[in-house]
Amino acid sequence: MTNPIGDVEKAKAILITGSNTTENHPVLSCYAKRAARFADAKIIVADPRKIPMVRHSVLWMRQKLGTDVAWINGMIHVIIRDKLYDEKYVKTRTVGFDDLAKTVGKYTPEFVEGITGIPAEDIEEAARIFAKAKSASILYTMGITQHICGTDNVKSLANLAMITGNVGREGGGVNPLRGQNNVQGACDMGGLPNVYTGYQPVANADNKKKFEEAWGVTGLNEKPGMTATRMLPAAHEGKLKALYIIGENPMVSDPDIDHAKACLEHLDFLVVQDIFLTETAQLAHVVLPSACFAEKDGTFSNTERKIQRVRKAVNPPGQAKDDWWILVELARRMGYTMNYAHSRAIFEEIARVTPSYCGVSYDRLEHDGLHWPCPGPDHPGTPCLHKEQFTCGLGVLHAVEWIPPAEQPDDQYPYYLTTGRHIYHYHTGTMTMKSDGLNKAAPECYLEITPADAKGLGVADGEMVEVKSRRGAITVKARVCDATEDGTVFLPFHYAKAAANKLTNTALDPIAAIPELKVCAVSISKTA
Amino acid sequence: MSSQSILINGRTAPFETGESILDAAKKIGIEIPTLCFLKRAMPTGVCGICAVEVEGASDLVTACNTPASQGMVIRTESPKVVARRRSLIKKLLSSGNHNCAVCGTGSGEWERFQALVQGRDNAQELCPVWGDCELQNLAFLYQVQGENTPEPAQEFPKVEINPFIVRDYARCIGCGRCAQACNSVQVNDAINYVPGEAKAGEFPLANEDCVFCGECIQACPVGALVEKNARYTVRPWETKKVRTTCSYCGVGCQLWLHIKDNRVVKVTGVEEVGPNWGSLCVKGRFGFHFVGHEQRLTKPLIKENGKFREASWDEALDLVAKKLGEIRDAHGSDAFGLLTSARVTNEENYIAQKFARAVIKTNNVDHCARL
Repeated sequence: MTNPIGDVEKAKAILITGSNTTENHPVLSCYAKRAARFADAKIIVADPRKIPMVRHSVLWMRQKLGTDVAWINGMIHVIIRDKLYDEKYVKTRTVGFDDLAKTVGKYTPEFVEGITGIPAEDIEEAARIFAKAKSASILYTMGITQHICGTDNVKSLANLAMITGNVGREGGGVNPLRGQNNVQGACDMGGLPNVYTGYQPVANADNKKKFEEAWGVTGLNEKPGMTATRMLPAAHEGKLKALYIIGENPMVSDPDIDHAKACLEHLDFLVVQDIFLTETAQLAHVVLPSACFAEKDGTFSNTERKIQRVRKAVNPPGQAKDDWWILVELARRMGYTMNYAHSRAIFEEIARVTPSYCGVSYDRLEHDGLHWPCPGPDHPGTPCLHKEQFTCGLGVLHAVEWIPPAEQPDDQYPYYLTTGRHIYHYHTGTMTMKSDGLNKAAPECYLEITPADAKGLGVADGEMVEVKSRRGAITVKARVCDATEDGTVFLPFHYAKAAANKLTNTALDPIAAIPELKVCAVSISKTA
Repeated sequence: MSSQSILINGRTAPFETGESILDAAKKIGIEIPTLCFLKRAMPTGVCGICAVEVEGASDLVTACNTPASQGMVIRTESPKVVARRRSLIKKLLSSGNHNCAVCGTGSGEWERFQALVQGRDNAQELCPVWGDCELQNLAFLYQVQGENTPEPAQEFPKVEINPFIVRDYARCIGCGRCAQACNSVQVNDAINYVPGEAKAGEFPLANEDCVFCGECIQACPVGALVEKNARYTVRPWETKKVRTTCSYCGVGCQLWLHIKDNRVVKVTGVEEVGPNWGSLCVKGRFGFHFVGHEQRLTKPLIKENGKFREASWDEALDLVAKKLGEIRDAHGSDAFGLLTSARVTNEENYIAQKFARAVIKTNNVDHCARL
């Protein structure tokens, strides 16, 4: 998030898209709901599903799957056409406006209606609400990013925020809501193929030297590595021989699970380090038991870049160990010694090599967290980014064109499928499915299908259906409701027994290498 | 710096326009007792416990929703105030199964009442929140006992149909904090309650809008709303509380883990800091059973002939080190990949990428950010 969570309540307009906020970020959603209820903020929802947040909105735009660039360009078209943009901000803080204006020229509300199904007048209305608000915040999640054009979708939202002067403004911002407790931290810590900690590129001689000195090694690799979504195919091709997986369950979370399984089975050696014997761990050659969050000390960095303490409350079961201890022990056996008495010592090393974390220490985090960048021991942290200027100087407006999803319905697979989480389970269910209450509240997988589609298939609410894509098939209970539009169905992906990701598409965004999990084509039939 | 002030118990209390007497008192460390007052919601004053005496006013006023105004002279514990509070507390104690502070009106009355309440709860103890109750605290503070001994009756139903929360109307004092927590803080609109108007039993939980966030439990000052799986099993003095960060989504809510015998038995939100200021969701509050679950991995496992067998750390780590070394030597560093995790700590992610880069010499490091 460019802005802190508390800012959401200060916004006068909130555009929520590709985020089922009340179910997936329930506590954060309260900030938006309170802003609407008590401070007259106007919520605009752009989502293919009638998510609970629609109830709190003044306008709901239901786009067809994978048409986000089109409706965002449509809003930008109206804002430029009606001169509702922030001229001073555009002039002094951004580049690329002319190209953007040229590109969105053809995205008239009528043209956009044809692509997205959103009525032209709603595009006009959304543009006016957003542009005229004193501060307008954008909240998005995987509904925006998990597309072959995920990067373009995000750039479009950034365009919208920048031309209205909402980046660097209190109550504004471009705010991706992170879906996992420490996905921000994993990125910050260099858990990415192209960067060391704090996004310092690996393909840089100075950084190489810096880390060689810090770590007391020579010969660090300057060639960026593979993303997770490319490692699996590389395993299939025999290029990747060994994979070490920590706390991840691709056998439920990855697109096209059957293919993912074939990839993992192709490996010479698979190590899985986890707290449970997950679907993925079952494929491993060696499984290493680790401690969970309640059993260890450390820090997480949340979606607003706030670094917060994690504290040990109970002992781990049996011989389970901290994940860092396991890796340190393994490194020692491979001839590299690391010495840390406690996670605090590791954090001190992180602060030494990471400019954005260098002012942070456990002592400072004792009562409350700190937002990075925090470049010095007296620096108060940075809740809001890009206030006076962008980190890179001027904000770049990217002119982007809409492209259709990789897979579209046809005669053989006539329905669009989209996937997501619901409120009662978390991701692959490894953790939440150990709580009876949560299982009682959401015991099994279901397919959301509209009354008209269900009728057409002769399916009644609660009956079992087979859902099939080019990659696989699952059997699941039909839930007849009006959440989606006719021709589109929805599956939660939590359930290994009816895994939505057996069906999903592995097509990738060419830049971010994120798979198009949010759109694929399926057929549906009643089971005998 | 504020130029406005009032006088509370003889001390000067500065205030800003719009602040209540309660706000001004808090700032100079004067505690005024409250029951219906809930932070982050509009005060209603319905319970009347925060009554204070304002010089020149004809009656006592409620501190929570009376704005401070320049020159007010206030007494927070005058005989008149104390008498009012005692009478309010007595009324509340006598309104239901508040059996912690009840004296019988005749022989056997008290025992009969306790037996009834305990029988109804199927419990050996007095109350599910004994020792963690604001009404009980006030009863002791002001030395009040309830007088009559009401019979647990049909008009005080106990609702326990939902999987997470028990609502016992017999212990409800009608303060409305649950409704405020639900409607003003979480904005879920699942509790339909107008302070002072609704009768017990008329503001049920678990309707279609309830998503079991448990904000109402945390807001309840008494034992009317309790976590189902902590009811009569978790006593505050038997547990230690450890503050940490939630491990589900990326919001990073601050949690208190309540620990008893090396197990997490209850979770509450930390009210003093953001991002959640005490709020939690159903997963954060009720999804903690995985922590000490019987299916947790407890020993390293090595697969032999398609089956796992337990191994020592030494054996497992030696094997992994040997295999990874062989693969690196035979196929090069980039034949190795490491998926670190968005679920583990910063420190662990740092060590994971350091391991891949410094030990194996590959940048094939990623995690589940894209999935």
